[in-house]
Amino acid sequence: MVQVNVNGKQHSVDAESDMPLLWVIRELIGLTGTKYGCGIAQCGSCTVLIDGEAVRSCSYPISAVGTRKVTTVEGLASNGKLTKLQAAWVEHQVPQCGYCQSGLLMAVTDLLNKKPNPTDADIDEAITNICRCGTFQQVRAAIHAAAKA
Amino acid sequence: MTSNTLQKANSFDATRRSFVLGSTALGAGLSLGLSLPGAALAQMAVPLKTPNEVDIWVVVKPDDSCVIRFVRSEMGQGTRTGLAQLVAEELECDWAKVSTESPTAGQNIARKRAWGAMSTGGSRGVRESHDYVRRGGAAARMMLLQAASDQFKVPVAELSVSKGVITHAKTGKKISYGKVAEAAAKLTPPDAKSIVLKKPQDWKIAGKALHKLDTADKTNGKKVFSIDLKLPNMLCAAIKQCPVFGGKLVSFDESKIKSMRGVKGVVKVNESAVAVVADTWWRAKNALENLPIDWDLGENAKVSSSTISNALTEGLNAEGDFWQRKEGDAPTAIAGAAKKVEAVYTSTFVAHVTMEPMNCVVKLSKDSAFAWVPTQNAEISLAALSEASGVPLAQCDVQTMDLGGGFGRRGGTQDYVHQAVAIAKNFPDTPVKLVWSREEDMTHDFYRPISKAKMSAGLDDKGNLVGLSVRVSGQSINAFLAPSAIKNNKDTRQLQGFYEEAGDAQLGYTVPNLLTEYVMRNTHVPVGPWRGVNTNQNGMYMECFIEECAKAAGKDSVEFRRSLMSKHPKHLAVLNAVAKKSGWGSPLPAGVYRGVAQFMGYGSYSAAVAEVSVSSSGEVKVHRMFFALNSGHFVNPSVVKAQIEGSVGMALSSVFNEDITIENGQVKEQNFTNYPVARLKNIPKVECVLVPTFDFWGGVGEPTICVVGPAVVNAIFAATGKPQRELPLRKHGLTLI
Repeated sequence: MVQVNVNGKQHSVDAESDMPLLWVIRELIGLTGTKYGCGIAQCGSCTVLIDGEAVRSCSYPISAVGTRKVTTVEGLASNGKLTKLQAAWVEHQVPQCGYCQSGLLMAVTDLLNKKPNPTDADIDEAITNICRCGTFQQVRAAIHAAAKA
Repeated sequence: MTSNTLQKANSFDATRRSFVLGSTALGAGLSLGLSLPGAALAQMAVPLKTPNEVDIWVVVKPDDSCVIRFVRSEMGQGTRTGLAQLVAEELECDWAKVSTESPTAGQNIARKRAWGAMSTGGSRGVRESHDYVRRGGAAARMMLLQAASDQFKVPVAELSVSKGVITHAKTGKKISYGKVAEAAAKLTPPDAKSIVLKKPQDWKIAGKALHKLDTADKTNGKKVFSIDLKLPNMLCAAIKQCPVFGGKLVSFDESKIKSMRGVKGVVKVNESAVAVVADTWWRAKNALENLPIDWDLGENAKVSSSTISNALTEGLNAEGDFWQRKEGDAPTAIAGAAKKVEAVYTSTFVAHVTMEPMNCVVKLSKDSAFAWVPTQNAEISLAALSEASGVPLAQCDVQTMDLGGGFGRRGGTQDYVHQAVAIAKNFPDTPVKLVWSREEDMTHDFYRPISKAKMSAGLDDKGNLVGLSVRVSGQSINAFLAPSAIKNNKDTRQLQGFYEEAGDAQLGYTVPNLLTEYVMRNTHVPVGPWRGVNTNQNGMYMECFIEECAKAAGKDSVEFRRSLMSKHPKHLAVLNAVAKKSGWGSPLPAGVYRGVAQFMGYGSYSAAVAEVSVSSSGEVKVHRMFFALNSGHFVNPSVVKAQIEGSVGMALSSVFNEDITIENGQVKEQNFTNYPVARLKNIPKVECVLVPTFDFWGGVGEPTICVVGPAVVNAIFAATGKPQRELPLRKHGLTLI
């Protein structure tokens, strides 16, 4: 059994040591907000935070997580209250199909932790997630709005 | 799966099948012992008839909350919110109390398809539903008012309603919809055809930039896609299809993986695919990667991109009867013209790569079958479920799940449903979730078809266009998916956007001598509709070539187009609108150049201007893009703008980056590493001007995608002096930064 802390809760999971964190979260713990998109850390749909750092969980074996704390999209809001980033996402109507949005929100959370007032160039460099619906203009607007909120 | 089964699924017509889906069959669908997350339940089957169902579109609960039902799919395009706005507008309910539900395919058929077509493609979601959903909302309002009239014992004409509260002004009596819904539900609905609908200028809910109804759950992880479903005792399946289309599965050695953790079985899915079923998908996929498989790759293994290219080039020059429009005598006019312009353009196969890979959940029992499908057409999914399972249609049902991207991939092509059923047959009474890996998704798509175009024009000594000849040589979607749509051996769909007929995809230019031809050159590679379908390639061919003609004539790009458009005022109006919005002709910063394009598709008129700079090493920056769109009506302007912006991302991605190539009969590109798609940094600032004329209803999701590429390519031409004729541009020295 492997111990893993997700969204402040300790889980004991029966996972192979090479099982990627994504599948531990989705299939063993049952939190499905974190998505599978490519399996090779290209698209960012599976992005979670490990001790506050954005990580593409599809390519991150559970054995490498250790005692560090994992945060998924379900762990952003507390007691149902959306974070200012999530609120900006709603206000700017960012999601279209919505599939890639969890990963985007986690990548942006990491960016705003490091750079509370990111420039357009900072956003260009940090946010490399793929959104096939192409809602990028709203992503950029919502990041700036959240930074100002 | 074979193209034969596809065609069968495609030709399914529920109206021709006489059966009634009884409560027993539906009960079987609903009594599967499901344990679903709350959000998934919201998408689950609704009961056939509830006491407060005023009409099929509207349920009003005692607390005044309104549930609006319709059957089109939601994949991010905003149709759910748009249709709800249209119903609510006529219903006069409180928008803050509106939610929506999606009846199943079986329920729709049980009610003689009262909710209308389920197909959600071709930008039809709103434009082909607006009339009947508004009538449904209006009928419900009339019934609710009649119920209040009966209760107050006053004439219905003396009642008014606002935000779901009915008022009798003379007596000051008020009553809310929730209090009269049950009585209203017992009344006979008015004749829908006799209802007079509101005029758009009187709209209070429709036509407004309201927030979409389903956004919050897409920011907190609560949104449940089909791929997220978890049912009791569910098994997960990973699939491997023959790398060469048309190749066959010979054998596999399951002894090598049988003892791997979690593996429950190895299944021959059909003649060209094998699946591993396990307790989790990751274990299934892991085991599948270790499964020795022997394929018979077949004759198609000899095909490569270069052999396909040669066949298309041969088609450009072939002799035969290929014409679709012949007005005047274009070859003679061009031959005798003062100046001739000629160019050959090429485009490639392009993949959909929806971010949610193909997947489907199926549960088969002895006499019932139920599937949860991210589908653009649940009735086609239902037909596929029945056909593949052998369970009679009346005992099958399909719940549409919101799609993690559709773009045309999940409509007529229900390959993943057939596969999921074939796998689930081996595990009766057990839900099975089939999920494709990204690699399967990319290598077994129904790609945007490949084509080339030979364009010729003649200009007189004043630079007027006197003759235009267009020959497209390429693969046909209909030949692959719907051969019966090809009449007299002429496939008009492949010349989408060049039509003479008004209304859908009409060419906006009048040329005295015009010839359009389509030469069908099919390959073994599956093809299908991809957002915008053939307007993507045809818009590029026409608008880049018109630009070459304008340059040859020494005329301004907008002026040259205007001179051809006097008989097409709606096309001209969007061109003028975008020229004005973009400040066409005004000075630009040093090194920035403009390009323009206009085209028509899906019943709507689009035009775009791009501002672009190109570095000496071929790095292209698209700074800004302007769009004008006339889709007749707009139900939600912010959703429309989001669709336009989204079309920019997908179009730039395909024009610069995307290229599905064939080597030894198989798709070479496996994942985003060698199939790069556009990312945030590549996307320009987009500004839109919506210019509705309120005399028709056009589409929104697809019309603008076809003008993005040519506007940008024409700006590159302006910047470099060199026309670009081959896609994707990254393979010709130009990188999108």
